[in-house]
Amino acid sequence: MWKYILKRVGYMALTLFTVVSITFLLIHSIPGDPFTSMVEDLPEESRQIYLEKYGYDQPLGVQYLKYLKQLLQGDLGASLRYPGRKVAEIVGEYAPVSASIGGTALVLGVALGLALGILAALYRDRWPDRVIMVVALLGTAIPTFVIAAVLQYALTVTWPLFPTTGYGTWKHMVLPVICMCVSPLATYARYMRSSVLDTANQDYILTAEAKGVSQFRIVTRHILRNAILPCITMICVSVAGIFSGSFIIEKIFAIPGLGKYFISAINDRDYSVVLGLNIVFTGLYIVSMLVSDILLMLVDPRLRLSNDK
Amino acid sequence: MTQLRAEDFTRIGLSEGEGEVLSGVSLTYLQDAWRRFQKNKVALAAMVLLILIVLFTVLAPVLSPYGFADQDLTCRNQTPSAAHWFGTDALGRDLFTRVAVGGRVSIAIGILGALIVAVVGCIYGGLAAYFGGQADMLMMRVVDILSSVPNLLLVILLSVVLNSSSIPTLLFAMTVTSWCPVARLVRAQMLQINRSEYVMAARVMGVSPLKIVVTHFIPNTISVIIVNVTFRIPGFIFNEAFLSYVGLGVAAPNTSWGALASAAQSSLLFYPYQMLFPALMIALTTLSFTLMGDGLRDALDPKMRR
Repeated sequence: MWKYILKRVGYMALTLFTVVSITFLLIHSIPGDPFTSMVEDLPEESRQIYLEKYGYDQPLGVQYLKYLKQLLQGDLGASLRYPGRKVAEIVGEYAPVSASIGGTALVLGVALGLALGILAALYRDRWPDRVIMVVALLGTAIPTFVIAAVLQYALTVTWPLFPTTGYGTWKHMVLPVICMCVSPLATYARYMRSSVLDTANQDYILTAEAKGVSQFRIVTRHILRNAILPCITMICVSVAGIFSGSFIIEKIFAIPGLGKYFISAINDRDYSVVLGLNIVFTGLYIVSMLVSDILLMLVDPRLRLSNDK
Repeated sequence: MTQLRAEDFTRIGLSEGEGEVLSGVSLTYLQDAWRRFQKNKVALAAMVLLILIVLFTVLAPVLSPYGFADQDLTCRNQTPSAAHWFGTDALGRDLFTRVAVGGRVSIAIGILGALIVAVVGCIYGGLAAYFGGQADMLMMRVVDILSSVPNLLLVILLSVVLNSSSIPTLLFAMTVTSWCPVARLVRAQMLQINRSEYVMAARVMGVSPLKIVVTHFIPNTISVIIVNVTFRIPGFIFNEAFLSYVGLGVAAPNTSWGALASAAQSSLLFYPYQMLFPALMIALTTLSFTLMGDGLRDALDPKMRR
């Protein structure tokens, strides 16, 4: 098992390296330089000074190596737009905001989704199943920004219960959390339902029934425990997403989170921040995939055995 | 219950030849699938709805008296009326026409995106399965690395770098890594078919490799791909809506459902109907594709049915 994990960490490093290289090349292949697009009529002399200051006058290869060295020292770079702002500081400041909203939404969405999925599977083809599946289907079909718009219209204008936008009190969190938990709720409900139905068809469930295990015990001990395994992978990937925030929700509700910052960095053409944040997001994503694989191996002996071979 | 008497029965007897005759009409694979698909009323309704939506996006701009970019500053932000069925926007453009034209872009991106992904994925996965060994290993590692890149981030980054506003660049950005799951699927399917007994039986009986590919590999893979592509289309429509909403998608004067919804966002509190129609179209279209995908899956591949 350790050998497998080591191998995976190796691939992880390779992936991160590839992403860094591709992102770097992409950013630097943009015609022109960031300073000309930032200020109109920038005098040629000051442009040269800027280029030298940030090392943009050097050949691309040198810049790349310098950037890699900088990264290895743990420095993610600083903003071009707002000198002195480090990417690490930006992450430290905005990620907790995204995580507080995204985390609440994810916990709610996953818990409700799993519960509804199980319920639907147990009442297969009867009305609770039908209702839940229709709701889940609608949840996947309606874009988040539409849900956000409707909620904003209904609960802030028609019945002014909650503030329209902003961040601070618990009241500010209600609407964005509802919007953000719809999609995980729908996804997990659909996924859990089919997973439970799959598991119920396995031979070991038949064995348990034949042994005379009670229906309640079969469901809780044998079906649910096995059915929830495939969801672990999905949950880990979702967790990685909460730090980067939901770009759309944060933009609509004017939440000062990382997602909103990322979008504004793109609109500002603040390339070093885009590059740095991209690396952070990718790193989180890759690590979470590794964690999910390790977790799966810990809880499922079948995988442990097949990977040892 | 009616009384049955002996004279109600006649002796048919046994005919030697009929024992060998197959009962029922022999159906081809597609006929059989179509027959199963038709039984699924929900999927059928979804298909009809999709056809209607496509017809609307194709015909409405032609029949409408307004051009989709025609501005009429005398009738701005009008609510739906007989003259403007979906109302007008802030520049007095007819929203009925705009929603239809935007739908062309959204649906085209959805379908083309899914098709590109399917073709690239098939070729890549098929080649990996065909070569096997070291080449297969290497090719699948590349897929592993590419698919660990967060898709949406890459799309955003690429659309910034390519300065995307045209549909081809948008499509490129959205498909550049999303063919990976299809490649995995195709490869797994190919390897599974290759191991199956019926392929072995065909080989043993001396069927030519080309015929095995045509009669076994392609039909058994194509159903999985069609189902997968149908499920992927809503994802592309969503991603395009998302990109346009963030301001990285289709640029003016072109429009899409996402761009229309995005434009309506700022004046939502005053003119909610401007958001309603594009949002409704997105929801209906993605819903129809999902439901039709469910039906297709059951029809094309009874093994996957639950």
